[in-house]
Amino acid sequence: MESALEITRMLIDIATQIAIVVVGISIFLLLYRVIKGPTNPDRAVALDVMGITLMALAGLVTIIVVTTRLNDVVLLIGILLFIGTIALAKFIEKGVIIERNMD
Amino acid sequence: MNGNTNDLILKTMTSIIAFILLGFSLYLFFAGHNAPGGGFIGGLMTSAAIVLLNMAYGQSATRNSLPVNFRFLFKLGLIIALGTGFGSFLFNEPFLSQTFAYFQLPILGRTELATALLFDLGVYFTVIGVTMTIILSIAEDREEVSQ
Repeated sequence: MESALEITRMLIDIATQIAIVVVGISIFLLLYRVIKGPTNPDRAVALDVMGITLMALAGLVTIIVVTTRLNDVVLLIGILLFIGTIALAKFIEKGVIIERNMD
Repeated sequence: MNGNTNDLILKTMTSIIAFILLGFSLYLFFAGHNAPGGGFIGGLMTSAAIVLLNMAYGQSATRNSLPVNFRFLFKLGLIIALGTGFGSFLFNEPFLSQTFAYFQLPILGRTELATALLFDLGVYFTVIGVTMTIILSIAEDREEVSQ
């Protein structure tokens, strides 16, 4: 029974390390799109997805260093990412982020 | 590039997400004693919610639905923080000394209430006031300048 527990623990460790490597590779691929991207909306979308992979990375690091303190950070990255993407989209679409009158 | 776009999805999502953001910021504010969080990050989250409202509904509509003078708010926060400092003189203690006690609250049961929360409230108001003052005074544009 205890050896099964050991195997499960080792499996979680290996899976987390593989996932961190894969997420790191995807961040570099997204970085290529951010630098190379022909238009500004390409860069905005790439930055958005990069933030999502950053959330995944924070969650995986939470598994590696066994703690629950990083869960707030994941939520925080998600919220700031949402607001930042909306601001970028409004800037690309209208050229002004906070308008005086919407009507 | 015309200014008349229909932001129906953004406005509908904002009315839901702003409440989640405010709830999360209140959680961060009250969790600051034994968990990550506190007045600073709670204030930043609240001002993020207000910035989201500003982006979705425009500046004048937000000012009508949320009539808060942010220039007054950070003065109020600084006065609260200073007041907790001077309040310790009433009990013959050094400046800014903090204390706590256990109370029997109606729903929460036996709860530890610390005076550090009042200082944190000052920080919270100051951070909201300063952030919103900076952002709104940058966003303040002139009336239609004719080319």
